[in-house]
Amino acid sequence: MTRKLSLAVTAGLMLLGSAASAETLRIGLADDPDVLDPDQSRTFVGRIVYTALCDKLIDIDPDLNFVPQLATAWSWSDDGKALTMKLREGVTFHDGETFNAAAVKYNIERSKNLPESRRKSEVKSIQSVDVVDAMTVKFNLAAPDATLMATLSDRAGMMMSPKAAEAAGAGLGANLVCSGPFKFVERVQQDRIVGEKFAGYWNADKIHFDQVIYRTIPDSTVRLANLQAGDLDVLERLSPPDIPTVKADGKLKLVDVVGLGYQGITINVGNGDKSKTPLGQDARVRKAVELAIDRVALNQVVFDGAHLPGNQFVSPQSQFYAKSVPMPGRDVAKAKALLKEAGLDKFEFEMQFANNPDATRAAQVIQAMAAEAGIDIKLRATEFATMLKEQTAGNYQSTQVGWSGRVDPDGNIHTFMTCKGGINDSRYCNPEVDKLLEAARQTNSLEERKKLYASAMELLDRDRPIIYLWHPKWIWALRGDIDGYVPYPDAMIRLPGMRKAS
Amino acid sequence: MLTYFLRRLVGIVPTVVLVSMFVFALQQMLPGDPALAMAGEERDPESIAYIREKYRLNEPIWVQYGYWIAGVLQGDLGISLRTNIPVTELIAQKLPVTIQLAVMAIVIALLIGIPMGALSAIKRGTPLDWIANVTALSGLSIPNFWLGILLILLVSVHLGWLPASGYESPFVDPAQNLRTMIMPAFVLGTALAATMMRHTRSAMLEVLTSDYVRTARAKGVRERLVIFRHAFRNALIPVVTIGTLQFGELLAGAVLTEQVFTIPGFGKQIVDAVFNRDYAVVQGVVLFSSLAFILLNLLADMAYFVLNPRIRV
Repeated sequence: MTRKLSLAVTAGLMLLGSAASAETLRIGLADDPDVLDPDQSRTFVGRIVYTALCDKLIDIDPDLNFVPQLATAWSWSDDGKALTMKLREGVTFHDGETFNAAAVKYNIERSKNLPESRRKSEVKSIQSVDVVDAMTVKFNLAAPDATLMATLSDRAGMMMSPKAAEAAGAGLGANLVCSGPFKFVERVQQDRIVGEKFAGYWNADKIHFDQVIYRTIPDSTVRLANLQAGDLDVLERLSPPDIPTVKADGKLKLVDVVGLGYQGITINVGNGDKSKTPLGQDARVRKAVELAIDRVALNQVVFDGAHLPGNQFVSPQSQFYAKSVPMPGRDVAKAKALLKEAGLDKFEFEMQFANNPDATRAAQVIQAMAAEAGIDIKLRATEFATMLKEQTAGNYQSTQVGWSGRVDPDGNIHTFMTCKGGINDSRYCNPEVDKLLEAARQTNSLEERKKLYASAMELLDRDRPIIYLWHPKWIWALRGDIDGYVPYPDAMIRLPGMRKAS
Repeated sequence: MLTYFLRRLVGIVPTVVLVSMFVFALQQMLPGDPALAMAGEERDPESIAYIREKYRLNEPIWVQYGYWIAGVLQGDLGISLRTNIPVTELIAQKLPVTIQLAVMAIVIALLIGIPMGALSAIKRGTPLDWIANVTALSGLSIPNFWLGILLILLVSVHLGWLPASGYESPFVDPAQNLRTMIMPAFVLGTALAATMMRHTRSAMLEVLTSDYVRTARAKGVRERLVIFRHAFRNALIPVVTIGTLQFGELLAGAVLTEQVFTIPGFGKQIVDAVFNRDYAVVQGVVLFSSLAFILLNLLADMAYFVLNPRIRV
C-alpha cells in the first residue's frame, strides 16, 4: 500500500515535471533591483541586470583598463577639457532605432536634466555634447575630469533608445529599451526579470543563450539550494560559510575575484558632539585601535580567509595602492603604549554595525581583539537604513561599514574624505588632502595620479578617520556545465562568451 | 438580516479609518529616512532634496496623511518610491499569488487538521490520540522557515522532485505553478493543521460528552451516525471561526514562507518595503490586507447569522 502510494506520488510529480529549455541562463540575485532605468536606478543588482539589457559607451576589462563597447576609439584634447569618441557603426536599439551621435547627446542630456536622474553629479563635469558627425561625438568639460571614463563605463554611459525614452519620460523603467544583447521581456516584482536574445545585437555571435532570467532570492542558503537543485545556473554573492559546500559538490564550481570596495571602521572625527571623544579627537587613539586589530586573523576567523585584508581605500592588488603605506601587523603592546601616551588607561567607545550575520561576526571579533589592548568596544547592531541615518546625523562614534567600490579610485575616496564630500560622515577635513584629491581628478596622467593618491593616503594614514580592514571578494557559484564565465572586479556578470556545455 | 448587515458595514468605517491612521503613524516612527534610503549609496544631496520634494516628505505628517487619504478615496494608493510602479498595480500583481497560497494552505490544513482532531477525540486516550497530539505539537513548534529549508533540501536538492522556487502564474503554466506552490502551501498548511486539530479535538470532546449525544446513544443510534450526524457537525462551528481567522492572516502574507520559497506575494512585498522605507507600498499593502481581514470577519459573522438563529435577536 505504502509502496503503491509512493509510486503514485512519484509518477504524479514526474507528470507535472517538464525539462527546462537548454538555452536559458538563470541567474540568482541577492536583492531585487530597483527601477530599471539607468538614469534613475541606484542598486548594485540593477547594474547586473543592465549588463544584459544595455550596452555602454565603453567597458572595462578584468584589469580595469577601458575597452570599446559602443564607442570604438577615443581621444582627449591636450588641455584635458574635451573627449572625442568614435562610435560603433551598425548598432540598433531594441526598438529598431539607429544608434548614433545624436543618441549619445540625448542620453547624456537626459542624465543631466531628467528631474528624477541620479546621475546628475556623475555627469556634472560635462558642459555640453557636440555631434561632430553622425558617428563622432565630443564631450566638452568645464575642467579636466579623470573620472569621466569610469563614469561612461557605468550607468551614465548606458545608451537608451531616445525615441522610447522621450515617449516614456520617467516611466521608462517599466519597459526599458537599450541596445544590449538581450531585450527586456517582463518583470515580476521581487521574483524575476526576463530578457530575450536580441537578434540585431552587434556582437550576437558571442551570445549563446536565447533567454536570460534574473531571479531574486535574498536568503543565501535558499539561493544555494536552488543552484544545487538545478533551478539556477549562476548565483552571485555566495556567503563565505557556504564555500566548503560548493567545493564539495561535484556539480558546482566556484569563481571569485577581489572587488573594488572595502570594509572598515568609519570614525566620527568632526560630526557633532559625538565626535568629542578621545577616539574622535586623538589620532593616537585611533592608531591604537588599528594596532589592536589583526586583519589577517579577522579575515580567517570570520570569513574563512575568503576576503583580502587591506589598509587603504583601494586593495593591495590595485595599481593605485600606495606602497609607502604598508599594512601594519597587530601590535598590542604598542597600542597600549599609544593609549598611555594619550593619557588613557582604559578606554571605551561605541561601534554600530549592520545587523546581518557577517557584520555581526566581524564586529564581535574586532571587539574581542580590542579588549586585549584594554579597549572596550560597545557594540550596537543597527538596521542598515537606520545606521546610515545615524551616521549622516552624526549620532554615532564609529561604524563598521564599507563601500561597494568604483572603477576609478576617485569614487572610493573623494566623496568620503574631502571637506565638502557628499558622504563625508566622519566630517574629516584636511585642506591638504582636498588639494591632492582635486588634483588627482584633474589630470589624465596615470603616473601623476598614482603619486597624488599615495600622498593623500599618507596623510590619511596619519589621521586615520577610516580604519580600512578588508576588501571583500566577489564569490559566484556556478553549475558545472556553465563555461566561459570571466569574473570582473566590478562584479558584473558579462554574458558574451558564456555558454552551457552540452 | 439586511439591517444587521448594513449596521455591521457602517461599523467598519471607523475601524478602517483608525487602521489607516495607525499604519501611517507607525511607520513614520520607523527610524531611518526614506529619502536617504532611496538615494542609495551615493546619497547625492540634490537627489535627496528632489525625493523629499516629490513625495512631500518635508510636509507635516497630518498634511502627508491628508494627501494620502485623499488619494486612497480616489483609488490611488501612491507610487512605490523604489520602483516607480503604482501601488495598486503591485497589489494587483501580488494578490492572486497570496490568495492562491492561502487557499491551498487552508485546504491542506482542513484535510489534515479536522479528521485528525475528530479521530483523536473519538479515540481519546489511545496511542492514536497520543500520536496525533505529538504531531500537532511539533507542527506548532517547528518554525516555518526551518521546515521550508529542510523540505527544499530534501525534496528539491536531494530527491530532485520539485523545483526549489520559480513561481509561475497558473494561467501561464499551471503545472509549474502547482509544482512551486505545493511545498510552501504544505509548510503553511501543516502549521495551521496543528491549530485546527487541537480545536477540532476539544470541540469534539465537548460535544461527545453533551446530553444530546448521550440521548442519541441511549436511543440506540449507531455510533457512526452519532459521530457524523450529531457530534461532528456541531463541533465544526468553532473550527469555522478559527479557519476564517487563519485565512485572513494568510492574506496579510506569509512573510517567512514566501521568503524561503521566493513566492512573490504580499509578505515578501511588505518586508522589502519596510527595509527600503518604501512608505507608499507599506501603507497601501497593510491597508489593503487589513481591509480584507475586516471584510472576512464580517463574512464569518454573516455566516453565523445564517447558521445560528440565536444571534438574530
